[in-house]
Amino acid sequence: MNKSDGAGGVPADGIMRAADGTPLKKSLARALRREKIRSLLLILPLLAFILITFIAPIADMLFRSVENGIVEDTIPQTVGLLQDWDPASGELPDEAVFAAFQKDLSEAFKAKTSTRLGLRLNYEKAGMSGLFRKSGRPATNMEPPFREAFIAVDEDWGDIETWAVIKRASPRLTDGYFLSALDAHRTADGVEMLPEKERLYIFLFMRTIFLSIVITFSCLLLGYPIAYLLASLPVRTSNLLLILVLLPFWTSLLVRTSAWKVLLQQQGVINDILVWIGLIDDAGRLIMINNMTGTIIAMTHILLPFMILPLFSVMKTISPSYVRAAKSMGASDWTAFWKIYFPNTVPGIGAGSILVFILAIGYYITPELVGGTSGVFISNRIAYHISSSLNWGLAAALGTILLVLVLALYWAYDRIVGIDNVKLG
Amino acid sequence: MKLKTILMSTAAAGVMLGSASVAVNSASHGMEPCEGCANSMTVVSWGGAYQNSQVKAYSEPYAEATSTEFVWDESSNEAVAKLRAMNEAGNVTWDLVDVEGPDAVRLCDEGLAMEINVDEVLAPAPDGSPASKDFGDSLVSSCFIPQIVFSTTFGYRTDVAAWNGAVPSSLCDIFDLEKFPGKRALEKRPKKNIEWALICDGVAKADLYKVMETDEGIDRALAKLGTIKDQVIWWSAGADTPQLLADGEIVMGSTYNGRLFSVIEEQKQPVAMLWDYQVFDFDGWIIPAGLPEDRLNRVKHFLKFGTDTQRLADQAKYISYGPARASSAPLVGKHAELGIDMAPHMPTDPNNMGNIIVNNIEWWSSYADDVDAKFQAWLAK
Repeated sequence: MNKSDGAGGVPADGIMRAADGTPLKKSLARALRREKIRSLLLILPLLAFILITFIAPIADMLFRSVENGIVEDTIPQTVGLLQDWDPASGELPDEAVFAAFQKDLSEAFKAKTSTRLGLRLNYEKAGMSGLFRKSGRPATNMEPPFREAFIAVDEDWGDIETWAVIKRASPRLTDGYFLSALDAHRTADGVEMLPEKERLYIFLFMRTIFLSIVITFSCLLLGYPIAYLLASLPVRTSNLLLILVLLPFWTSLLVRTSAWKVLLQQQGVINDILVWIGLIDDAGRLIMINNMTGTIIAMTHILLPFMILPLFSVMKTISPSYVRAAKSMGASDWTAFWKIYFPNTVPGIGAGSILVFILAIGYYITPELVGGTSGVFISNRIAYHISSSLNWGLAAALGTILLVLVLALYWAYDRIVGIDNVKLG
Repeated sequence: MKLKTILMSTAAAGVMLGSASVAVNSASHGMEPCEGCANSMTVVSWGGAYQNSQVKAYSEPYAEATSTEFVWDESSNEAVAKLRAMNEAGNVTWDLVDVEGPDAVRLCDEGLAMEINVDEVLAPAPDGSPASKDFGDSLVSSCFIPQIVFSTTFGYRTDVAAWNGAVPSSLCDIFDLEKFPGKRALEKRPKKNIEWALICDGVAKADLYKVMETDEGIDRALAKLGTIKDQVIWWSAGADTPQLLADGEIVMGSTYNGRLFSVIEEQKQPVAMLWDYQVFDFDGWIIPAGLPEDRLNRVKHFLKFGTDTQRLADQAKYISYGPARASSAPLVGKHAELGIDMAPHMPTDPNNMGNIIVNNIEWWSSYADDVDAKFQAWLAK
């Protein structure tokens, strides 16, 4: 600011002022701030909406994968006393623990939380829920010595493993769900992988990723020529074709999936036709559903529009004169396509592939209906644990791993292809 | 959609015809007035023909007599998960929920269902014996108010040329690929399949659950299932097996008996029942915990009427599931539309009960997680 010169409207103290006498700099800043607040207020509803309906529930769900307050909250005194007990000693906890447990359990029984704790502990050891259901009522009118009294109710209370499980499961935060989600478990000797034949989740994660990649590629393979056709035809024809592409969107997902059942099953339309034209005989009908093939076919069909639309909108913007120019300079059809046209469509391929892949990796209805046993995804197990087994902790852990996997793949994609290279139109 | 959802539209049509006779029943039923009761009820059920049978047999006559408004929610499939979520949110909007026995035990364990004094809440049998005696074994949990007995059993096609006229007569024919070649359908979960496999592997019924408690027992069952694994289509919705049977995709498969009844009697498909070692289950009501006074009064008032001997017998006019009360059995009449005697189609008919298993809810509630993990890992490979 020029302080030496009093001319040009600058006052003697050298500070420019607005009409109301406040320094101009200040009032400008205020005006800008007001502007910012106003625009913030405009997006505030959306922000709050996303926060309340999207971020918060996800965060809450993710937290369930480690949350484990139930043990300490239900039987606090027992958990406190068990800290000093060592399962490796080979001896049962002493009478004080049993006395505390009797008190805790009868209170929990009255509050109707004892059986809920049993359900939680059942994840660690089968049989615990039955044990707690059986012991709640007797605990309310037990006489000392409590150790004998509990063992009289069920001899499992005399098993060191029962108490070791309670002790192991007592911290407020647990890694147990994540271990289960990775086919491992915690035993007295530390973390161990499950026996080979009982491992499931890592296998399912890998299958989910593999099938999603296959589905993405088959969508690209089928979608690219269609998008090219749409982009190069005259508008009137291409609009008609575009409606055909969009039509499946207006049909229920279940209807489309069921239609595939009718087509693909062994007594279905495709097999009937193949038998009729004599390509296969009646005994050799193809198995195309209730397996991996079924999942790939049905999901490719359902996700195809998500590949075609971004490809189409990118191809629309590529001027036909590029290819003409290449050809006029002597390029063959293939060279003109590969060197000129194809590189221009890469942003569309990127966008389509990301869309299809991310949608595919979380799919579960279609695999459930047509996937049989070899075509199911990890999401089917997550859904099972949410709605049937009610092991929300394990479901949350599986969901967290899936989320991390998607983010990791996104990161890798960004490094290799570059996310700036993605264009939706 | 795992159970009793959409049975068959024909059954729904049949329900319409039968309503008139039910209305007459309710008029003759003397009901105490309901003091301090809410005017409407939200009832959760399975939808489809099953829910229709409840509407016709229970709620329509009740609504006529008391002008209570019924709101039906077809969420029984996910009732446990949804009730848990509602409870966490502190806003339970349901008044009465239809669930299977194992879910009732689970809801009771979690404190999400209200405990009931059966003799106080429910009507005694016509001969005066208390409800607890009349319902007997079906009272699987202190929160559970049973309605029906249903069973999971097998249906087979009667026109399979490759069988050379042989007809499956025992459960173990499911495992006999030589005599009965063709695809089978089994449920995509361990319960029932494990029991059946072990029985056909020579385990006595009395020892079943002792054997299943060991890892070797489960391995043995999976090995037995492994002998037919590549011929099995695994279903997860009860409607799958009837559809697959009708399409000729499978030659035999397990499902709920009511669905097989529809395929055989209503759709007239060439399918027959194999009742051997049918597995019994119960389905009934639970009241969500923590209902306000007026809603609870209404629910109790409805239950006293809706689960009495006549009402439970009425339900069997519309669907082939057996009433849970012993005193209802003699009152089971003819199908409302088809006019056929329903008694022989009840899972509880003596002719169908040669060999049965009753779902061991207690055992499965403890071991389901473990066995399911092993089963799913076996299935995936």
